[in-house]
Amino acid sequence: MAVTESPAAGPKPAGAKPAGSKPASGPKPAADEAYWAVGDDIADDKAPGGPIEGQWQRRQFEAHLVNPSNRRKLTVIIVGTGLAGGAAAASLGEAGYNVEAFCYQDSPRRAHSIAAQGGINAAKNYRNDNDSVYRLFYDTVKGGDYRARESNVYRLAEISPHIIDQCVAQGVPFAREYGGLLDNRSFGGVQVQRTFYARGQTGQQLLIGAYQALERQIEAGTVQMHNRHEMVELIVADGRARGIVTRDMVTGQIEAQMGDAVVLATGGYGNVFFLSTNAMGCNNTAAWRAHRKGAYFGNPCYTQIHPTCIPVHGDTQSKLTLMSESLRNDGRIWVPKKAADAAKDPRDIPEADRDYYLERIYPSFGNLVPRDIASRQAKYMCDEGRGVGPAVTEVDAQGVERQVRRGVYLDFADVIARLGQATVAARYGNLFDMYAQITGENPYETPMRIYPAVHYTMGGLWVDYDLMSSIPGLYVVGEANFSDHGANRLGASALMQGLSDGYFVLPNTINDYLAQPRPPIDAEAAEAKAAVAQAQARVDQLLAIQGSRSVDSFHKELGHIMWEYCGMERTEAGLKTAIAKIRQLRQQFWSDVKVTGRGDDFNQALERAGRVADFLELGELMCVDALHRRESCGGHFRAESQTADGEALRHDDEFLYVAAWEFGGDDDLPVLHKEPLVYKAIELKQRSYK
Amino acid sequence: MRITLRVWRQADRNSPGGLKTYQLTDVDSSMSFLEMLDLLNEELTARDEEPVAFDNDCREGICGMCGIVINGAPHGRYNSPVATTTCQLHMRSFHDGDVIDIEPWKAGAFPVIKDLVVDRSAFDRIIQAGGYISVNTGAAPEAHSTPAPKRQADQAFDNATCIGCGACVAACPNGAGMLFTAAKITHLARLPQGQPERLRRVKAMVAAHDEAGFGGCTNIGECAAVCPKSIPLASIGQLNRDLIHSLFTGEGK
Repeated sequence: MAVTESPAAGPKPAGAKPAGSKPASGPKPAADEAYWAVGDDIADDKAPGGPIEGQWQRRQFEAHLVNPSNRRKLTVIIVGTGLAGGAAAASLGEAGYNVEAFCYQDSPRRAHSIAAQGGINAAKNYRNDNDSVYRLFYDTVKGGDYRARESNVYRLAEISPHIIDQCVAQGVPFAREYGGLLDNRSFGGVQVQRTFYARGQTGQQLLIGAYQALERQIEAGTVQMHNRHEMVELIVADGRARGIVTRDMVTGQIEAQMGDAVVLATGGYGNVFFLSTNAMGCNNTAAWRAHRKGAYFGNPCYTQIHPTCIPVHGDTQSKLTLMSESLRNDGRIWVPKKAADAAKDPRDIPEADRDYYLERIYPSFGNLVPRDIASRQAKYMCDEGRGVGPAVTEVDAQGVERQVRRGVYLDFADVIARLGQATVAARYGNLFDMYAQITGENPYETPMRIYPAVHYTMGGLWVDYDLMSSIPGLYVVGEANFSDHGANRLGASALMQGLSDGYFVLPNTINDYLAQPRPPIDAEAAEAKAAVAQAQARVDQLLAIQGSRSVDSFHKELGHIMWEYCGMERTEAGLKTAIAKIRQLRQQFWSDVKVTGRGDDFNQALERAGRVADFLELGELMCVDALHRRESCGGHFRAESQTADGEALRHDDEFLYVAAWEFGGDDDLPVLHKEPLVYKAIELKQRSYK
Repeated sequence: MRITLRVWRQADRNSPGGLKTYQLTDVDSSMSFLEMLDLLNEELTARDEEPVAFDNDCREGICGMCGIVINGAPHGRYNSPVATTTCQLHMRSFHDGDVIDIEPWKAGAFPVIKDLVVDRSAFDRIIQAGGYISVNTGAAPEAHSTPAPKRQADQAFDNATCIGCGACVAACPNGAGMLFTAAKITHLARLPQGQPERLRRVKAMVAAHDEAGFGGCTNIGECAAVCPKSIPLASIGQLNRDLIHSLFTGEGK
């Protein structure tokens, strides 16, 4: 392929529609009664073929380039300024593009990447323990239960060492040893020490690094930052993403922002469950609006339930707090052997009466099994009646009420006895303090109580190797895309992916699209005006309903449905129940929600209403995706598909593909496009951590 | 618990504000302070009154978005046994029958947007002036090419934990943003990577601080007393030493 270096040269069909992306014409085959239709298969056409080791270098060479002097004439819109978006905005600004960046918070430094605790993986092999790019690639694909695209994951592993170099140069204060070099620790699902960390605040330090790089570009004038702005619509013209509609959250002003390409870095959709470890403002509106305009949604049912969170305390709870997985390095997880001991003080339960169930069931990985496995086992222990902590009332799928203790112990007594409290405090001090502050209990003296909670979403908008969605000119980076983690993400890999996408991948792929000619467009274009009108009409409609129920009450109800039927364990009957309940709830929302205040004002109820309205649509698609995937893989566990000893059972013959969903219309079925997954560099195996 | 709240209500930047009294009868001691405000807002919504606007996001004490003056102290510091953000303050720190005053950050550089929400973009402008190390993506040397002594790296980390919430400004009788500025100066000054721009940085950041309308530091120490991340007052000493040093060199603008 010829390499062209100016935007004028190399006219090529705009973007890359996935192969045969049109829904099957004619009568849609009803795949399952009335839940979805099936369209043509799709494929990534950007990853060059050949040996996996050279693919990224080849792609960088083959991509069209934009001459440095032409870059400032091109505008890139970036929505979301966490690790992926902040890094991308800074890097594209440095490259000389004109960047318009948006975030809903009052500063890019608030993005929820900041709350990541444990660390970031990189294949540096500083520990001399057999690590390599290939092993990180292998661990990530295996950890994702063989549902990720090989080419993307290999590139991620290849880039990982450069991320550490970049962050150190920015002044990220990673943990160091006395020799002045970087320290490492281990994380779940792997047997090497490749995780770099900054106490229990790694996400904060990495985000501040990206934020500072971004602020430097704002000062340099290459990036215009728009805080307290929310994207409420995507503008598509001539089949390409050409801008977004934003709402200024202070003045309520709705306006079009036009550009040459749009990048969504808007994070995950865990808040569809209401209770999650996400920040209160995390939402899926930008991605969902893009989905409705033609962007395919990949694997929406792949959600990660994190095993170590502080248990729910009551009905008024607004969010859940994670206790870093790194605690599983030194903490031991157990429940009483006898249900009768559940209410006892844990310190009074003798060693012989404790069941260290992860060490028992998975002797080789023990407490460091991947997250999906650790979570499910905790649920089973509590279902058996051996959970600990306060008993809460639950209604099961059959409508039967019962009292269940939802918690297991994470015990540090052994490590404190072995290394002393000071050493443990140096490793995890901030986490222990946070636990004490939230629960009022001292974890140095009594074991922590933990329980799984929704934490991360592997699914997201479908992207090709260049991270471009099915809409030409719309790129998706970080947690917002579906690309690297398959059906389950390993610990310390989210920060790696966000920064890999933002610093290194996008700035080397987006040029391929920007180099190609596009017709000029401005905010007066019909498509832009229509999108603005659409956004305004929606605000007006939400304010006009004036029903009787608050936005939060709908959100909580949706969360209950999702957690019960589309949480850690899913069944066909349960998912069908959930879909019916969500449809009913959505109808009720649009006729009975109460949104106070005005549209042209700072109005948090209105902001939440728009987000919940979109969650009510996304929740249904997640259930449809979970229903269609009649196998268990990673975080998606279908009770009907398990091995004799209760482990997830995949069906590679039927489901070795990415499910990319096309929006079918408000009254029509979603259309399933399959991207077959091909494994050449890795042999498919049933995962085992025993 | 029964709690009486006196909450600052202000329609926008230009309207006058005032305290309004609300009663809550069903507050649970395990609630966080913000969950208690959620409860108030649900009740206000039910009564067709506009909910109280307040900033918050992560609700785990790390994003720095929340910030309320509670009983006269930023983040309710004197109601909490330990350093805290507003979101990590829990109702178990209060008693049945308590009257709680709730106000926004009050400082010249942080204008009120609505109710308890203020504009803290002045902090971003201080960082823009020099709170970074100038390294473009891709230009970094191998991470181990420059060892950093552990003790200094740890001190850098202690200062880098600043969450930019603005409690230091709200607590300061002068409305100074000096602890925030000093935390960034000290973070970068303790690392080998931060040395080339060290003196230029301190000059530029202090100038941006003054230009943004923050007051001057007179070493009162209220800032460090309320800081949720316990940034030490000594960091301001570091800033001053670097600033004086920069005045005797040709570095900086």
